[in-house]
Amino acid sequence: MTGLPLLSIAIWLPIVGGLLVLATGSDRNAGLARLLAMVVAVAGFMVTVPLYIGFDTTTSDMQFTELRQWIPRFNINYQLGVDGISVLFILLNSFITPLVVLAGWKVIEEKAAQYMAAFLIMSGLMNGIFSALDAVLFYVFFEASLIPMYIIIGVWGGPNRVYAAFKFFLYTLLGSLLMLVALIYLFFQSGFSFNLLDWHQLRIPLTAQIYLFLAFLMAFAVKVPMWPVHTWLPDAHVEAPTGGSVVLAAIMLKLGAYGFLRFSLPIAPDASRELAWMMIALSLTAVVYIGFVALVQSDMKKLIAYSSISHMGFVTLGFFIFNSLGVEGALVQMISHGFISGAMFLCVGVLYDRMHSRQIADYGGVVNTMPRFAALFMFFAMANAGLPATSGFVGEFMVILGAVQFNFWVGFAAATTLILGAAYTLWMYKRVVFGAVANHHVAELADIDAREFAILGLLALCVLGMGLYPFPFTEVMHASVENLLKHVAVPKF
Amino acid sequence: MNFVMPDLYPASAEIFLLLMTCAVLLVDLFAGKGRHWLVYLLTQLTLAGCFAITFFTLDGQAVTTFSNMFIDDLFADFLKLVLYPAVAVMLVYSREYLAARNLDKGEFYLLVMFATLGMMVMISASHFLTIYLGLELLALSLYALVAIDRDSARATEAAMKYFVLGAMASGLLLYGMSMVYGATGSLDIHEVGQRIAAGGGNKTVLVFGLVFVVAGLAFKLGVVPFHMWIPDVYHGAPTAVTLFIGSAPKLAAFAIAMRVLVSGMAGLAEHWQVMLMILSALSIALGNLAAIAQSNLKRMLAYSAISHMGFMLLGILSGIVGGDPRFALNAYSSAMFYAITYVLMSLGSFGMILLLSRASFEAENIEDFKGLNKRSPWFAAMMMILMFSMAGMPFFVGFFAKFAVLQAVVAAKMVWLAVFAVLFSLVGAFYYLRVVKVMYFDAPTDVAPLEAPRDMRFLISINGLAVALLGLLPEGALEYSIYASYAFLAGH
Repeated sequence: MTGLPLLSIAIWLPIVGGLLVLATGSDRNAGLARLLAMVVAVAGFMVTVPLYIGFDTTTSDMQFTELRQWIPRFNINYQLGVDGISVLFILLNSFITPLVVLAGWKVIEEKAAQYMAAFLIMSGLMNGIFSALDAVLFYVFFEASLIPMYIIIGVWGGPNRVYAAFKFFLYTLLGSLLMLVALIYLFFQSGFSFNLLDWHQLRIPLTAQIYLFLAFLMAFAVKVPMWPVHTWLPDAHVEAPTGGSVVLAAIMLKLGAYGFLRFSLPIAPDASRELAWMMIALSLTAVVYIGFVALVQSDMKKLIAYSSISHMGFVTLGFFIFNSLGVEGALVQMISHGFISGAMFLCVGVLYDRMHSRQIADYGGVVNTMPRFAALFMFFAMANAGLPATSGFVGEFMVILGAVQFNFWVGFAAATTLILGAAYTLWMYKRVVFGAVANHHVAELADIDAREFAILGLLALCVLGMGLYPFPFTEVMHASVENLLKHVAVPKF
Repeated sequence: MNFVMPDLYPASAEIFLLLMTCAVLLVDLFAGKGRHWLVYLLTQLTLAGCFAITFFTLDGQAVTTFSNMFIDDLFADFLKLVLYPAVAVMLVYSREYLAARNLDKGEFYLLVMFATLGMMVMISASHFLTIYLGLELLALSLYALVAIDRDSARATEAAMKYFVLGAMASGLLLYGMSMVYGATGSLDIHEVGQRIAAGGGNKTVLVFGLVFVVAGLAFKLGVVPFHMWIPDVYHGAPTAVTLFIGSAPKLAAFAIAMRVLVSGMAGLAEHWQVMLMILSALSIALGNLAAIAQSNLKRMLAYSAISHMGFMLLGILSGIVGGDPRFALNAYSSAMFYAITYVLMSLGSFGMILLLSRASFEAENIEDFKGLNKRSPWFAAMMMILMFSMAGMPFFVGFFAKFAVLQAVVAAKMVWLAVFAVLFSLVGAFYYLRVVKVMYFDAPTDVAPLEAPRDMRFLISINGLAVALLGLLPEGALEYSIYASYAFLAGH
């Protein structure tokens, strides 16, 4: 263990670095801005590596904790720490950031410094969300992360970007504002504390728990997004620039799911059990219904967006069947989905940069002109469909096993995703990549260059590695998940 | 008849300001044309002098003078210490704007100084008559200020409207005060408070008077349904005057609301709490909804001011819970913190309008901010900070202001009111976001470089950065409000 405040560095290094990038100013210095952003992003990832190496997998306690008074007036502390549930997301987030910077390297020509800075600042804020142990600190990071994303979608997005940016912002804000009231309520219930770990021990009557659960549900369900509050996501994904879509899918969606584990389940365990049927029903709806919706999409990004919703349905399903297979499977699914959906959006980005179209109908026969790309895209498509030996399989399989343990028919309904996922992903892949060269635009396509190959190749390695040997991931989360489940099983009112 | 010379020491800042105002009046008379900078400088120096006097005579002891009509306590001092810089900043922001429109006459500075004196008297009032005196001094100066651009029909109309409605509100207030006097036999706030608490006075008369007092206060604060003047006056007045009306007077209005309602009529809390609840709920709802429809930024900020004042009232009304003042300090300090941060944000936002305005051009429409990010990324960022702060987004101070008030409301067991307030701040987020959208997502139509003088650029940057910095480290400002409110509660 080092004495450095690693979590603080993981939060503030990208933010301060982002402000520095911003200071490089106009597009005349774009080269410098890119370089600086890359340095900061890589450094940001490097500082999170010791978090994994030094992580003690035998305990469910918070590690790398930091505690400092922030606003004594309301007993708000700058309190950080990670357990097995959160540490992996900090790594994932810091890992994705350099890839996003790299992905926007050439494509973003206008206001490159602001683009890079927005991603770096957002990366720092999201590390803050995952490591905050103080509710207000969490909330502050949670809401502040909306601002850079709003700017990213609105400035560098597609034609309908203004609508998408507003919808994204207001939808998510609606949820989190109700959570704010819930947090303040808990502050008084707990005798003036915003400490999350204290709140976990709090005894709350069932009715109050249900209200709290619903308030948290509003915040997190929108973020996940769960059916039926998912409608902002396809819009945001379609309009966001590639980097924005990647961060949105890989990290931002995880914030909601993480919130369930950090707030809903431990603070309102009885309400969670009481309302589990509803959560399971909503999750299954997302898995099955949204799977069908994905099938009929003609826009590649929209299709992947719906596929994300469907996969996140798996995550929430895993949480609310209350067994360790389910919860761990859901966590694995979250990490894996971070890699795969990020890669899928990057693949679409590669095509979009060349053709400026996301319509499946505009493509066909890409394999003839971009063989290397087609191979990588194939791999990610397979992973998205849950092919064994890819990370996509591990999480889904664990959740399905857990679901069957819970109730056969729930497991059965969840398992349809294996068919649906394969159907929509592979059908899209077939229409885009295989067949005869569709038009002269496709005929003129150039295969991916070294930069793009490096990004996709790296992600492919992660997907494959996690698929073949998921133990390093599950090992980290095991103790914390067991502890959480034990905690949830005990009635608290 | 023995005449006792009142102790002038507690009112030294007020007396200094009054003397300097007279001096400035004379200087202006003899300085001649083209010497307005002298008047400007003297005004700024006067404010600095007032700041110094108040600061160096800070004293934990509450002192009253002029037969208990005037009080000098920490609550007053702390508010005044915010008031002077607010006025000074407003003068810096408006100088170039006024000069370009030939409005930087000596009268402007004189009226501002008289208005400032009025606000100081309001803040230090411990007697209903003193409140009325201060209020009228402020209001009469403001009426004249709104109409200072004599050739503008819009400004004249606004001034007329403001005057007629303002006079009526003063009448209501005065009528309410006379009722209170009739019921308690005193106009001394402290005595009135004691007599009401002791159950003295006819309850019906008191509550009847209270209704009028609250109506008068609501008008001065500009909350629904006494808000009608706000959009028209904000819109019609020259932007420099709008900046003035929209900032410092909110502090004075907060002060008299506290003095009258909490010090004077705590015994009637159950009655005025319900009234304030209705006023603030209506303001938050209507202010935010109506702001959406505005294309003029000044009007939009006017409606936003209405909703912000509603939010601040939430803090005042949650102080006493069913007769139990346990959370009073918490609630009043939150309301005060809200008022102070609102003044800071309001100064910045109106300041941005002035920054973008030129001699022949009023940048008062939201459209005028189009593509500001391309023209000046720095000031676009400042405006973005201000707008997000107004919307109550964290890491900006506006978030903690909302947070402080909301926790006071929840502490008072009014969770539903907190939910109502946050839902309407969602509506509010929309129109603030629209300003950010215009600046960042749209291409500029106007590419003229910004012309503002250096001191203004510097100060507005400080203003924006202060909003961000206080959002990161709000503890100091929160403590400040706590001290002031503690002194207030200890005195009453």
